[in-house]
Amino acid sequence: MIRQDAHRIDPKRRATIDHKKRQFAVPIYKQQDYPHRLNLYDTPPTAEITLEQFEQWAIDRLRILAEIEACSYRNKSPGETDTQITPLLQKYLPLSSNTSSSNGAADLRLRNERQKDHYSHFILRLAFSATEDLRRRFARAETMLFRFRFQKDDSRERRAFIDSLNLDWEPVGEEERNEIAEHLANSTPGLHRVNDETWYKVDWEKVPELVERRSAYMRRGKAYVPGREQLSMIMAEFTARLERSLELTSRALPRLDEDDRLTPILNHLSKNFGSAESVYTESEGHVDGAEIRASSIDSLSQHFPLCMRSLHMNLRKNHHLKHFGRLQYTLFLKGIGLSLEECILFWRQSFKGKTDDEFNSQYKYNIRHAYGDVGGDVNRRGRGYPPYSCQKILGDSNPGIGQTHGCPYRHYSVDNLVGLLQATGVSDKEVLRGVREDVGKQRYHIACNRVFESTHKNEIKKVKEDGTWSQADLDTIVHPNTYFKRSYLLKQLAKAPSRDA
Amino acid sequence: MPHSVSPAGSSERKDEEMADVPAASAPEGGVKLEDMFDGDDDEEFPASSAQDVKMESSPVPAPAGPAPVPSGVDTDVMLMFYQRLFPFRYLFQWLNHGIVPTRDFGNREFALTLQNDAYLRYQSYPTADLFRKDILKMNPSRFEIGPVYSTNPRDRKTLRGGQMKPVSKELVFDIDMTDYDDIRTCCQKANICHKCWAFVTMAIKVIDTSLREDFGFDHILWVYSGRRGAHAWVCDPSARSLPDDRRRAIAGYLEILRGGSSSGKKVNLKRPLHPHVTRSLEQLKNHFAQTTLVDQDTFASTEQAEKLLSLLPDKSLNEALRRKWDSSPDRPSTSKWADIDALAKTGKSSTLKPATLRDAKQDIVLEYTYPRLDAEVSKKMIHLLKSPFVIHPGTGRVCVPIDPKKADEFDPLSVPTVMELLAEIDAYDAKYPAGTQEVEMPDMEGSAMNSDAKSTRKLQDYEKTRLKPYIDHFRSFIAGLLKEERVAKRERDDTAPAVKADPMEF
Repeated sequence: MIRQDAHRIDPKRRATIDHKKRQFAVPIYKQQDYPHRLNLYDTPPTAEITLEQFEQWAIDRLRILAEIEACSYRNKSPGETDTQITPLLQKYLPLSSNTSSSNGAADLRLRNERQKDHYSHFILRLAFSATEDLRRRFARAETMLFRFRFQKDDSRERRAFIDSLNLDWEPVGEEERNEIAEHLANSTPGLHRVNDETWYKVDWEKVPELVERRSAYMRRGKAYVPGREQLSMIMAEFTARLERSLELTSRALPRLDEDDRLTPILNHLSKNFGSAESVYTESEGHVDGAEIRASSIDSLSQHFPLCMRSLHMNLRKNHHLKHFGRLQYTLFLKGIGLSLEECILFWRQSFKGKTDDEFNSQYKYNIRHAYGDVGGDVNRRGRGYPPYSCQKILGDSNPGIGQTHGCPYRHYSVDNLVGLLQATGVSDKEVLRGVREDVGKQRYHIACNRVFESTHKNEIKKVKEDGTWSQADLDTIVHPNTYFKRSYLLKQLAKAPSRDA
Repeated sequence: MPHSVSPAGSSERKDEEMADVPAASAPEGGVKLEDMFDGDDDEEFPASSAQDVKMESSPVPAPAGPAPVPSGVDTDVMLMFYQRLFPFRYLFQWLNHGIVPTRDFGNREFALTLQNDAYLRYQSYPTADLFRKDILKMNPSRFEIGPVYSTNPRDRKTLRGGQMKPVSKELVFDIDMTDYDDIRTCCQKANICHKCWAFVTMAIKVIDTSLREDFGFDHILWVYSGRRGAHAWVCDPSARSLPDDRRRAIAGYLEILRGGSSSGKKVNLKRPLHPHVTRSLEQLKNHFAQTTLVDQDTFASTEQAEKLLSLLPDKSLNEALRRKWDSSPDRPSTSKWADIDALAKTGKSSTLKPATLRDAKQDIVLEYTYPRLDAEVSKKMIHLLKSPFVIHPGTGRVCVPIDPKKADEFDPLSVPTVMELLAEIDAYDAKYPAGTQEVEMPDMEGSAMNSDAKSTRKLQDYEKTRLKPYIDHFRSFIAGLLKEERVAKRERDDTAPAVKADPMEF
């Protein structure tokens, strides 16, 4: 069989591609008129703007995105995020609905707002398409911004916006709906009357979020989605399109190489998109003067946050931890300043049931890899992975059967959590009640900080009183290594009360 | 030199073999440490327990004769198996989705575990013949199948970082008996018996039904993993190209048991139950009655009974049950399970609603029977999974396909071992000496590669053994897959130009 060349042009199309004409044709740009408040950012901007606008608009948008990301790192609830973001949006990136003006979409003020939104998005795309990491974070923050605005949108305008998108949704006929009414009712939480909703049949791949939560009825690869789940579908669409075009942007980026006006601005922008994870520096967890050796881990473990404490207790109990538990704990130990040699020693001693051979062949490599002692160039230069932040530990997949990693506040049942807390010496009823409440509201980091404040309340009171620690030093803890360092230092201060005097 | 075999030094070899892995694809987030190793297979081959397949409580006769399985399979035996029995041609057709070699096969990663335990990743083969030749040369103790990459995996070092990307792989599922350790009473760790294999049978049924009915997949190959688990390969074209987040969605959809060793009640479902859960519950009810209550007699011990109580919602009911069970320590699980309803009816508790109890009981049934998947395996396209038909190095058993329609009949302990199969060939050849039956000589080229000419066809070696029904099943599976593949290709050719015919912008 002769395989046909993939580049062969369909005969019907040949006439339309005349490369000579195409090369010298005057480009005809689609003029943007922004009929809707929201925008899927499909068409790049083409009008001219000044360099100052270029920079200012980008910085304004960046401020919003950075704040959104910060909120997500601190694990704030949607309500808290809302109060945080709304005034900022109003100040830096207002985006009003058509109804807010008597002229509707034609109003010049609305036009300008929408133009700024549109242009700033594309400028930041340029700034953040260079690396995989930046692309991922940008897409995440933009998606959250979009979701935020979408939810705030006027319902009539929202419908008009959705209608303009031409999505591939097949309405479910009445007959079919009645036939599967029971299934629809059972698979869609919070639904009262099946007949009140407009149902759509979509390819399940369009609504992975719903499928993952088991919130849609599935039949032969089609998901049956009620009209109100549009958000999920639009979000998926938005993310998919954005990721695809970021990928394309990154490939086009080298064309800017010779440019000396935009490139510095763009580089500057991407550098300022600091993140909680990249901000974490190696010295953050290290404690000066503390002797951290394999043999001292047991006694130091009283300063560990609950996630690490529970790993440590499990390790001592079972003389074994599963892979992700080992990884989470190894990185933490690295963060507090345990050297590679000591770390290997620590694990070797902890895995009592294993022979030297088993240990060397099955576990040692992973430890060395985590420290960046082996592995690829990138891994070695970066000295392995950074210790996991709370964000990472909370966001990672749930621990499976027999696994012990993760965050106890999030992944343990409340009763087991309280049991564990009591086992570690937290018995104050008031604190435990607060923890239960926090966990119920999914504010896991608050629960963790609450426990920290309770176990260190005397020391905190003292440093506050004598003013040796400012409020900034006692900010919410969002990293297990910060927890350790702060706990350790506070206890040291308490031991040597006359140090300052 | 095409292969760089490093010395067997156990910790040394990983360094050498894998030193370049993150560099090759790290910038694209391709391979991370977490992915390079199976979730937690450090117990996969415990050195001492290779042999101890537990048989004591099994009513079914053991495989004929004194168990011929040596601990660890001899290298010569392994080579003989590859030469005479391994279905290279069908494996090729399965992965290639056609007869003419394509990139689907050529860019596919294979990872070989050699006899000295060295691990070779990123092997690839343009054709079935070269594949077979290399396997015979390297004689690996087992090999794994990875994704199809955008370029040939062997060229990865000549490419700039991040250029080699995984583009497709079957959607895979892994069920492993170790995840059931806290609810099976008959065996632990790597051991299995007929009683606990029932858990795998249930899992196959539930997952298979859901994949077919809910997701619309048709080509699902179930494979026995050689010791104490099963793998599923979903081979539909749409499944192969799923990106990781869609794979994660499927895994999440199928996962009902949440939480690690300390998270208490593992099943916490909202009501009303999703149709998938309702259906699964229906499928699992009888299994719970038989396997959990009778065969395993799970709640017989005080400790397990206490665990059962912790899953029930009402304190006063629990008190009543505890008193009753304490007074008759040997009460079997079936009676204990019945006690729950009996005592609830007598009105021991005024606050307990019948619906609450029913829901709790449903949750318990699911906790004790619903499939426990190793979800990490399914979530990543780049995850490697052991190939069908290789030998499990510990048990010597062949990783044969399981027909999901006859999942109940599958008996892992009667799956042929490589030694048995080779003996069967010899027995057959002795019975029908060359000439009487056109038996071919055990030459290297013929066994897997010869043509299908019907009447004068030589009998292939596998047809003389108990491996035949398994390979026949595999063949019919491939035939179904290729048929769909041909239809899909024709459709693609028909529709492609229409899509491209959009007018240009300029």
